[in-house]
Amino acid sequence: MASATSDAHHEAHYFIPTPSPYPILLSAGLFLLALGGALAVNGSSAGRWSALIGALISAYALSRWLGAVIRENRAGAYQKQEGLSFRVGMWWFIISEAVFFSSLFGVLFYERVIAVPWLASLSPHFSPWAGFKAVWPTSGPHGAPFTPQDAWGIPAVNTVILLASAGTVTLALKQMMARERALATLLVGVTIALGVTFLGLQAHEFYHAYTSLHLTLGSGVYGATFYLLTGFHALHVTIGLIMLCVILARLVEGDFSAENHFAFQAVGWYWHFVDVVWLFVFLFVYWL
Amino acid sequence: MSATDFESAPEEHHPTGVTRWLSTTNHKDIGILYMGFGLTMFLVGGLLSLLIRAELFEPGMKIMPPELYNQVIAVHGLVMVFAALMPLTAGMANYLIPMMIGAPDMALPRLNNFGFWLLPPAAILLVAPWLLALFGTGNGTIDTGWTIYAPLSIQSGLGMDFAIFTVLLFGLSSTVFSINVIVTVLNMRAPGMTLYKTPLFVWSWLWTAFLLIAVFPDLIAGVIMLLADRHFGTHFFSAAGGGDPILWIHMFWFFGHPEVYILLFPTVGILPHILSTFARKPIFGYKAQIYAFAAIGLLSVIVWAHHMYTSGLPAVANIYFMFATMSISIPVSILFFCWFGTIWRGSMTFETPMLFALGYLVLFGIGGLTGLVLSDAAADQQYHGTYFVVAHFHYTLFGGPIMGVIAAIYYYLPKVTGRMYSEKLGKWHFWLTMIGFNATFFPQFLLGIDGMPRRIPDYALQFAHLNMASSIGAFVLGASQLLFLINIIKTAAGTGERASSKVWEGAQGLEFTVSSPPPYHTFLLPPVVQ
Ligand SMILES: [Cu+2]
Repeated sequence: MASATSDAHHEAHYFIPTPSPYPILLSAGLFLLALGGALAVNGSSAGRWSALIGALISAYALSRWLGAVIRENRAGAYQKQEGLSFRVGMWWFIISEAVFFSSLFGVLFYERVIAVPWLASLSPHFSPWAGFKAVWPTSGPHGAPFTPQDAWGIPAVNTVILLASAGTVTLALKQMMARERALATLLVGVTIALGVTFLGLQAHEFYHAYTSLHLTLGSGVYGATFYLLTGFHALHVTIGLIMLCVILARLVEGDFSAENHFAFQAVGWYWHFVDVVWLFVFLFVYWL
Repeated sequence: MSATDFESAPEEHHPTGVTRWLSTTNHKDIGILYMGFGLTMFLVGGLLSLLIRAELFEPGMKIMPPELYNQVIAVHGLVMVFAALMPLTAGMANYLIPMMIGAPDMALPRLNNFGFWLLPPAAILLVAPWLLALFGTGNGTIDTGWTIYAPLSIQSGLGMDFAIFTVLLFGLSSTVFSINVIVTVLNMRAPGMTLYKTPLFVWSWLWTAFLLIAVFPDLIAGVIMLLADRHFGTHFFSAAGGGDPILWIHMFWFFGHPEVYILLFPTVGILPHILSTFARKPIFGYKAQIYAFAAIGLLSVIVWAHHMYTSGLPAVANIYFMFATMSISIPVSILFFCWFGTIWRGSMTFETPMLFALGYLVLFGIGGLTGLVLSDAAADQQYHGTYFVVAHFHYTLFGGPIMGVIAAIYYYLPKVTGRMYSEKLGKWHFWLTMIGFNATFFPQFLLGIDGMPRRIPDYALQFAHLNMASSIGAFVLGASQLLFLINIIKTAAGTGERASSKVWEGAQGLEFTVSSPPPYHTFLLPPVVQ
């Protein structure tokens, strides 16, 4: 836009970014990642290289893309309407993630409440698996025995840790609003520390399950749904942690204010979402 | 605050050549990319269907081995649904929604570009296993049909893995685009453009986006579990570990049934615009149609197991899904009522978009009514897995979305290119399409009633005549689409009269207040809507 009109109508003019190479670069990275994935699961080493290069390109493109957004924000490109677009967009992203996890819980429900009893109820004259009993946990008619995780060990501790981290991230945002930057930075740091502890314990738990409890991906529907839900949750914690680290770095650099803190707020929402998912995981996967 | 140290989109200059298309953040550019990609894939999917019809022209194994036949029907289905129809409707949304609501662009322009550029990689992945097979790796691409049923999909070759990653990329693309549409419609409307003044096409896409977000994550979860069953030793879909292959069918159709409405809604939304323009009457029942979208959208996620009447569900489940499915015909009938109300006693003219819109009413009407037949759990025991189903969903998906997309392309081609298309060629295209389509698919109803199974490359001699008729129809239908292509290319090349900004005498809407073709950026400053 000509600068005269740009200044005159700046408030009214929604910010439309100039052409950018990073979205298509991200697509190209994801293409290599997907191609590599499809080849790698079939044992191709070229596939693993393709996936690795694709992941690196994707990470680079995403960081440059978000870097451009941060720069535009610092330069004052975003007004109220742009801010609302980001917020509504983030909400719907979280909703789509919630739907994804609902599907996974639906799978757990179906396997446990419908599939296993159905399989056990088949007449022994027709069933190739006569004698299979409907119990939960089960590794199925052909599975090897295993011991399930105890909910009141590490999982309970992890619940406390994640709940505490939800508190610290909320407090951090409150301090930001109260213009206590140092305190906010510290609290984000604490949130990250709690998240890393959670992940460390979760990794230890997976290791323990594999080596001592013989609870593996192959342990029938129980093992499959166990790792599906806890694994995808852990993946989301990891994503949340990466985003929190970016927020921490930006706080240290002096970004964000009581008025301008969309990214901070959005990551806070995401972290709460990951928390809520964990409560359901704890309830349905470990406890009940 | 200074506005000088960041770059905002300049008024008219943008990169030229290839760079323009690779890096664009402009909704019209991206809309055209979507349309170009969708039309290309429509031709690819169409050529695959001609291979199918060539194989079925006569009884006996004719032109390809059965393994390849399975792959051709699978890729035909996936390409038409994910790579042709969804991008075509998304292209319409991209081009039209910002102009219809008086917005300068989509709310998240870079995300918009990203969403489009996930599509070509996804399509390449789908067919890449054919290339690999040429070099001696694997035995070709996905061969399970587009429904990817377990346990076949667990045993299938490496083409299945490529298809899984294809679905993941399509899913990501659809999700980011849906978010963009929702944000745009909720946050970018011009002052005075209240939700109840928003054009029906925009409403229809809002519901499409809601549905995509409600059901695509479920398919993504499903294909990830399938990948795990194939390679990581899990037993989600295998009874040996206590799992259940029927779970896949549930997950697929929980996505798959709403997917039909995802394909359908955008054209159901554009249809009243076209009917009203050429009947020179305002849209009848604007609010009723909005509520019908809502009702169809909500019902669509609770009826999926009408695809599973023969899978051994308890009778009470079949009865529930039967009545739930039948109840969808109520809001759909409301839509039909509104469409007829819109053209009732109008001073109609029959330009090509109107012809395709009326063809839509007829063909989609037949598709909907035969859907009612199939929704009967008892009758479906007979029809399930036969050509009756194939005929039904082609009347629904070609008769609905594809006719609608073609109507919309003719309707907006003068707006986009600034030139009128050839009406004569358009009318030839319409009549040959109607004849070819009905000649292809009407015999398939009869074949299905006679019991010819779908997805089989060979058939009993009793089915020979109807199959030959169907194949001849398919070649007429395929050839007539070349007229469409020629018409688009000629119009885009600048032959034909100049189009006015209003284009059609009876046209309404903000998109008809700007010049044809519209400026690169429309409504940088929002228009005033009274
Ligand atoms: Cu259905």
